[in-house]
Formats: sequence, C-alpha cells, structure tokens
Amino acid sequence: MSTAVAEVPVQSQVHYLNANYGIKSWLFTTDHKRIALLYLGSITLMFFIGGAAAVLMRLHLIEPAGALVQPETYNKLFTMHGVVMLFFFLVPSIPATLGNFLVPMMIGARDLAFPRLNLLSWYVYITGAAFTLYALISGGVDTGWTFYTPLSSHYVTTHVIATAMGVFITGFSSILTGLNFIVTIHKMRAPGLTWKRMQLFLWSIYATSVIFVLATPVIAIALFLLVLERIFHVGIFDPAIGGDPVLFQHLFWFYSHPAVYIMILPGMGVVSELVTCFSRKKPFGYIFIAYSSLAIAMISFFVWGHHMFVSGQSVYAGFIFSALSFAVAIPSAIKVFNWTATLYKGSISYDAPMLYALGFIGLFTMGGLTGLFLASMATDIHLHDTYFVIAHFHYIMVGGAVMAYLGGIHYWWPKITGRLYHDGWARFAAFVIFIGFNLTFFPQYMLGYLGMPRRYAVYPAEFQVLNVMSSAGASILGVGYLIPFVYLLWSIRYGPIAGSNPWQSTGLEWKTPSPPPTENFEVPPVITGEPYGYAEPEHARV
Amino acid sequence: MSERAASDALPLLPDQPAHSASSVLHHQFEDIEQQRDADNFGMWVFLATEMLFFGGVFTGYIIYRTLYYPGFVAGSHGLEANLGAAMTFVLLASSFTMAMAVHAAREGKRGMLVGFLTSTIILGIAFLALKFTEYIHKWHEQLVPGFNFHPALESLRGAPERSVELFMCFYFFMTGLHALHMIIGIGLLAVLAIVAWQGKIPRENYTRVEVSGLYWHFVDIIWIYLFPLLYLIGGRYQ
Amino acid sequence: MSEKQPSVGTYILVFMALLVLAALTTGIAYVDLGPFNTVIALAIAVVKMSLVGLFFMHLWYSPGLNRIVVLAGFFWLALLVSFTLADFLSRTWITSFDLAPR
Repeated sequence: MSTAVAEVPVQSQVHYLNANYGIKSWLFTTDHKRIALLYLGSITLMFFIGGAAAVLMRLHLIEPAGALVQPETYNKLFTMHGVVMLFFFLVPSIPATLGNFLVPMMIGARDLAFPRLNLLSWYVYITGAAFTLYALISGGVDTGWTFYTPLSSHYVTTHVIATAMGVFITGFSSILTGLNFIVTIHKMRAPGLTWKRMQLFLWSIYATSVIFVLATPVIAIALFLLVLERIFHVGIFDPAIGGDPVLFQHLFWFYSHPAVYIMILPGMGVVSELVTCFSRKKPFGYIFIAYSSLAIAMISFFVWGHHMFVSGQSVYAGFIFSALSFAVAIPSAIKVFNWTATLYKGSISYDAPMLYALGFIGLFTMGGLTGLFLASMATDIHLHDTYFVIAHFHYIMVGGAVMAYLGGIHYWWPKITGRLYHDGWARFAAFVIFIGFNLTFFPQYMLGYLGMPRRYAVYPAEFQVLNVMSSAGASILGVGYLIPFVYLLWSIRYGPIAGSNPWQSTGLEWKTPSPPPTENFEVPPVITGEPYGYAEPEHARV
Repeated sequence: MSERAASDALPLLPDQPAHSASSVLHHQFEDIEQQRDADNFGMWVFLATEMLFFGGVFTGYIIYRTLYYPGFVAGSHGLEANLGAAMTFVLLASSFTMAMAVHAAREGKRGMLVGFLTSTIILGIAFLALKFTEYIHKWHEQLVPGFNFHPALESLRGAPERSVELFMCFYFFMTGLHALHMIIGIGLLAVLAIVAWQGKIPRENYTRVEVSGLYWHFVDIIWIYLFPLLYLIGGRYQ
Repeated sequence: MSEKQPSVGTYILVFMALLVLAALTTGIAYVDLGPFNTVIALAIAVVKMSLVGLFFMHLWYSPGLNRIVVLAGFFWLALLVSFTLADFLSRTWITSFDLAPR
C-alpha cells in the first residue's frame, strides 16, 4: 500500500449513509452502523440534559447558602444528573455507538448476530428515556440516583416510579446489546480470526457484554421490587414487616458496581486502539491486556459491598469486600503499565485522539488510586458521602470514560462519516476539556478530605473558595464539550474526504472504504496474521 | 450492491414462507448451521439473564427465610399444597408437550407440531387458571399484603404477623413474576402455533420453535423450585 | 439439524421420571424428616431441573459453550446469594465493642 506518491482519498459512490433515504429507512433500519448513529444522537441529547443539571448545580454551589435553587430542587438536580448521565449516557456510550458500529467490522462480519434485536434495543432505550424525561418534566426525583429505601419507597413524594421504570426499561436495552455482542463475537468471527488475533477493543467489548448480561437483571429486579413496594406500601425492604433496606442496597450495588466497569472497560479498549495506532507499535503484553479485561469483569462482581461500609453491613463482610476491592485494582494497573510500555520508544504523534488517550491514562490512574482510599474501610469512614467520592468517580467516569469516548469518536469519525474534522480545533478542545476537568474536580478531592458532604444544597463558608474554583472549572469544561459539537458537525458537510485509512491504522475496520458499504466488506475478509502489525513495512507511516 | 442496500428500507416483516433453505438464511450469517447455532446460543445467554433476574428475588427469599423461619413455615402452611402439586404436574406435562413440539418441528410434521404447541398452550392456561384460583382463595382468606392483609388468628399458626406478611409478599412476587413469564410464553407459543399452522416453519429452519421451547422449559424450571420453596417449607406432616 | 437429539422414547421416559419425582416431593413432605425435608425437596428439585435441562432443553447434546453459559449463570447467582447471606449472618458476630475508657 505504501507508494512514493500519496494517494488522493476517495469515497465510494454508495455507502451505508446514502444507500437509502427517508426517515423510515432510518427508523426501521437493521444496519448496525445506522443503529449506532441513532444511539449517538440519543445519548448526545441525554448528555446535554445531564450536563444542564450539572451546570445548574455548579452555579448553585458558588455560594455557601446556595445561589440558585431551593434545596428540594437541588436534590432533584443531583438525582437527575446521576440518573441521566449514568444510565442514559455512560452505560450505553461506547458500547451502543462505537461498539455497534465497529464490532461487526472488526470481526469481518456483515452485521451483528441479531440485527432486529439491535434495533429493538434502541427503541427500548428510547422508551426508557421517555419515562425518565417524563419524570424530569413532571417535577423530578430527589432520592439520589441510588434510590435507597426506605426514603424512595415510603417517604418521598416525587416521581420515583416513573424514573425507576425508565431505568428498568433501559436496562433491557443494555441486556439485549450485550447479548448481541456476546453471540456475535463467539459465532461470527471471520475465517482465521482466532480470539488471540482479535483487536483489544473487541476483548473489552466482550468483557463489558458479560457484565451487561449478568449484572443488569439484578438492578432490574431491585427497581421492580422498589416500584411494587412504593405502589402497595408493603414489600421486602419494608422494616415494618421485618424487611431490610440494606437488602435493596445489596441488590442495587450488585449491578451498580459492575456497572462502573461497564462504563470504563470499553474506554480502556478504545485507549488500547489509540495508543497503538498513534505510537505505531503493537501493544506491549497483548495477552495481558486482553485477559485483564476479563479479570476486571469477573472481579468487579466481588466488590459491591464497598459502597455499603457504613450502611449497617456486617464488618466481616466489609473485610472481604475491602480486600477484594484492592484486588480489582490489579488488572487495571496491568493495563496502565502495558499502555505505558507501548508508548515507550514509540513513534508518537499528538493527534486529537491521542491527546484524549494520554489524558485518559493520567486521569484514570489518579481516579483509580483514589479509589483505594475508599476501598480501605478505615479511611472510607471519613470519606464516605463526601466530595472525595464525587471527585474519585468523576476522575474515572469523566477524566476516564468520557475522554476515551471522545477519543474514540474522533479516531473513528473519518470511518463513520468519510470526512476529516479540523485537527487544530480538535486539539484545542482536548486541552480545554483537560484543563476545565481538572479545575472542576481536583478541588473536590480537597473539599471531600476537608469534610464537605455530598448531596447537600448548602455548605459551610470555609469551603467556598474551592467550590468557586470547581464551578469556574465547570464552565470551562462545558465550553470544551461544546467545541467538538461544532467542528464535528461542520466536518460532515465541509470536511476533507478521509479515504479508507487516514490514520494508517492496522485495524480490520480500516480495510474497507469510509463510509463503509452497508455490508461492510465487499469481499468477506480472511485473517492470516497477528493484529497491530505496525512493525511490518506495509504499515509504515507514509 | 443495490439489493443489499435495500435491506436498510426493509420493514420488520416475519420471514417469508420458505421453500428452500437459502431463503430462510438471514444475510448476516454464512450458513444455516451458523444461524441456528447463534440463535440457540443467544437464547441460552438470555436465559442466563433470567436466572439472575429471578435470582434477585430468590436471594431475598433465602435471606428472610433464614431470619424469620417460623413465619415462613406458617405462611407456607397457609398455601394449598394440593393445588401447588397439581400446578407442578400440569407444567411438567407442558414441558413434555413442548419437547415433543420441537421434535415434530425437526421432523417437519406440521400437524403434530401444531397439535403439541396447542397442547402446551392449553396446559399453560390450565396452570394460570389454577394460580388464579389460588389467588382468589388468598383474597378470601385476607392474606394479600397491601390490599387486605388481616389474617385470622389461625392463619398465623403462632408466628408473628409481620413475618407471615413478609412471606406472603414473597409468595405473590415470586409466583406473580413467574405467572407473568407464563403469560408471555403462552403469547409466544400462540403466535408460533399460528405461523406453524400456516406452514411457515420448514424442517430446515425450525429454530424459532427450538428457542421458544428453551424459554418455556426455563419457566417450568423456575416453578420446579418455587413449589418446594413456597409450598413445602418445614414439611407438611404437622 | 446435524446434532443428535433425544428420541421420543427418551422424552417419554424423562417425563415419567419427572412425574415420579414430583409425586415424591409432595409425598415426602408429609413425612417427618426434620431438617432433611428441605434438603430432600431441594435435591429432588435439582434432579428435575437437570432432567429438563439436559433432555428437554437438549443440553446433553449441545455445544459445550451453552453449558458454560448455564454454569456461569449459576455461579453468578451463587455469588449474589452467598455474599449477601454472609453479610446478614455475620452481623451479630460482634456483640460488644471494646471501647477504651475515656
């Protein structure tokens, strides 16, 4: 492929975007690429709704007595921020957009195993989102995204049922997506594509799908039982008849802890792809990175009680959960070491996707290390329900997962749209996001350590400086998120044609035109070699 | 290229009547074997999710039975074991007829397939009728939490009232969830029976019957556990 | 199509066995075996589940992957139950706290 003359990138006449026109061809599509775009639109909308709640919260917290809203409203804001961002943005983000788009392409298939089920999962997502948005418009929920009983089952008068039903329904969307990926990866790999020749993104999507399938049903039943208890005023979490609210927490966190790994694992898969492509090197310790995804998925199920150290859970159960929580850090650390070793002596280029990947590695590591403070029971007593926890998980979810998501969107944008975005603006936005993010959340570590509790609409005056810093950072972060929105959309119409492989990546998805034809590959590929062949001459950067 | 592109505009229609194996093969699969394999595997993965779904309530059941055993024994003795046993026999028979339906589909015997599917549906409806009868009895005995839980003293059998109420919560939640799955299953089989009767299930591609069978047997297995766990706590020899 | 499946005779035998086991479960409940009532009832339930799973659901004749999925489901359910139960059962192990006198 490498010639002395650079080839002019071309775009095929017919591809998945223009193969059919009209709204029905989109709403009734079974093409995984179009479904990925349907998801992309929906989750972006939910991201901005969740983000709006965050903006209001940060504006409110400029003043110790609260600057903007009533405390009841503040409670609703942080609840909706959590519910929308977690269930309707982060959980589906990479799997339903990049996963749906790329999984069949990376394994050399024409589509997923169950294309109609894929479309159904999007409609289920939309239905769940509709329930939740209805709740939002009707006055919101104020229990916190964790819906702890008996507050949520007996005491509040807000729209718990609608929100819980929304989350319940959307859970089935995740289950169907995960099921689709598992069957596809097991049964539809191209000839020659053994498990150990798969790209690392696929390993992480597979591990994520295992979590989808095994964890989500448990929160489904927990919320279902909560709704029944709220409707009939009696149920299995009701202390009046001997029920234990902590049982709700067990069922809730059995899903919700693995859920955070649902949010980070695909991001780690994206980072593996970005780090290899933009250092022109095969991954250091491929098999370790691959297996560590599975290890994270597995061990993530053993640690949920670390959210319940101060809930009345037995201390002995706490010991076990604490020890296992330290263990789950190990496979994550293995990944970070391997990415670093991949970067070492690589030929690194600082394109926007790489900036996001590098940001991920640093910020995820910080967030992960602070998790150890929380995993240790003694320090958790002090830090639980403070801003330290908030900073910890935002470092991982925003500094980690969202950055990986943006990195992935930028990396695969040429494949998805056939166009290149403006690189200068993209790098600028990445910097703005990085700076805004750190200014928003680093002060929150300090606030938490100093004792500021979370989920309070007011705070003692001594915390104001750090809060104002955090809010200032949030405004920068917000601007940072808006910039890509502009140049990415602009590029769809006015960006230069990308060609099939603008990054000269070795991935299988790049061996087909951009945008791809509906059936992905003109000729079904046969895999004959190892992935990440950057050392081979034909992949030398032109 | 253009016929492939047409797949974007296809509305969601059921498969067209198949007169050859190739026309029932979905475009994403290489051959019918891969398709059948994937469909079956997909249903097993779904059943694993159902194990965890029911598993959540079973977890609660196990916890509270451990903590409030006397109340659970008392509540269990208030259930009609003969009805429970009858329901068990009915469901086991329905699993047999379902297995025979799958067998008939594999042999391409349309009449036998429709017959066994219909038998399964009838047995499923019989099960639901028995369950409905049971629920009515519980209503008359004023044992329905959240509605009219005012048990007579003899219904409590010496156990604390709140423990018996907790047990009855589990009884209704678990059997209700199970009944909901039965209703969905009956609906599924009814659609399948109609499609089969129309001759649209060839022996080359009877996977729909197979995976429906897997779902039905799973719901039966849930009941296999519900019966001893709800109706026979602490034995019935008192 | 290519994999072997049980014969009608096998189905009938399994069904008969299931009916016998169901009758056994019900009958044994009326005999006083103390704590073993529960153990035996559950053991019979496991056998019935296995018969339905292996023969009616064809697990005996299926690719190993399907069996792994079933085992994974059990394992994860066991995880949920055991860790949650461990919490509830061990709560009363600490009955008093050694607080240093102030």
